[in-house]
Amino acid sequence: MSIGIEHYLTVAAMLFVIGIFGIFLNRKNIIVILMSIELMLLAVNINMVAFSSYMGDLAGQIFTLFILTVAAAEAAIGLAILVVFYRNRGSIDVSDVNVMKG
Amino acid sequence: MIIATLAFYMFSAVAVVAGLMVVLSRNPVHAVLWLILTFFSAAGLFVILGAEFVAMLLVIVYVGAVAVLFLFVVMMLDVDFTELKSGMSKYVRIGSLIGLVILVEILIATSAWVVADSAPDMRAAITPALEDTQNTEAIGQILYTQYVYLFQASGLILLVAMIGAIVLTMSHRKDVKRQDIVAQIYRDADKAVEMIDVKPGQGL
Repeated sequence: MSIGIEHYLTVAAMLFVIGIFGIFLNRKNIIVILMSIELMLLAVNINMVAFSSYMGDLAGQIFTLFILTVAAAEAAIGLAILVVFYRNRGSIDVSDVNVMKG
Repeated sequence: MIIATLAFYMFSAVAVVAGLMVVLSRNPVHAVLWLILTFFSAAGLFVILGAEFVAMLLVIVYVGAVAVLFLFVVMMLDVDFTELKSGMSKYVRIGSLIGLVILVEILIATSAWVVADSAPDMRAAITPALEDTQNTEAIGQILYTQYVYLFQASGLILLVAMIGAIVLTMSHRKDVKRQDIVAQIYRDADKAVEMIDVKPGQGL
């Protein structure tokens, strides 16, 4: 009945797949795509912390901090690009991103 | 032990269901709220794993900053979200198929996990015993010594992200009168008042 590392890996795998599924499902809505990427990064963090806890190695939790930092920076930049794109085009449809098309 | 097991199943079930609702909900404001619930449940999982510092950081950074940022952008932009959802059902089948394949692959890879005999000797930073050092203190002791360069680099990443977000979203409006300080400083009394000798009967 005790919880092993496989349980955590399973939860992380499910969250990761939900993130991939979200990108497929909401191909037009870039806000939900960004949220799906956050879900996938969360799954990676769960993996890191689970291994860190079960192996007794604190480096995994340190790297979780760095992944958290990069995820926060990515969300900020992504949402800034989104706001600029909306200001220019009046829409957040990903299929409208074709200005640079040759 | 039984409480920890029950808490694990509760937190993981809530996390997975809330994650699904992030993806499936029609209203993006609801999606952000489900995302917050997912992060809270993941923080609960981290607490069960004994990583309290990362759990609290997840609540502070994600729920306090990133989710609010998402909520702010969703509410600021006046977007017709029903139109964006139009092509959704077209991709359900292929998306769930690919997701199922990836899930099965990952589960096959991780279901029979065996730690190698040499793995414990290769640990980079062995967790000290909980009686000696708490989680937060242990992280602090190696984060500022062994990983100080990576710590500085992550600070630099945040600085670049901040400057990038400001530069991207700052717009210079042309229809607003602005103060030109240099022109004000270089203006003197001789140029400020001009004497014109106006002849009688004539205008300027």
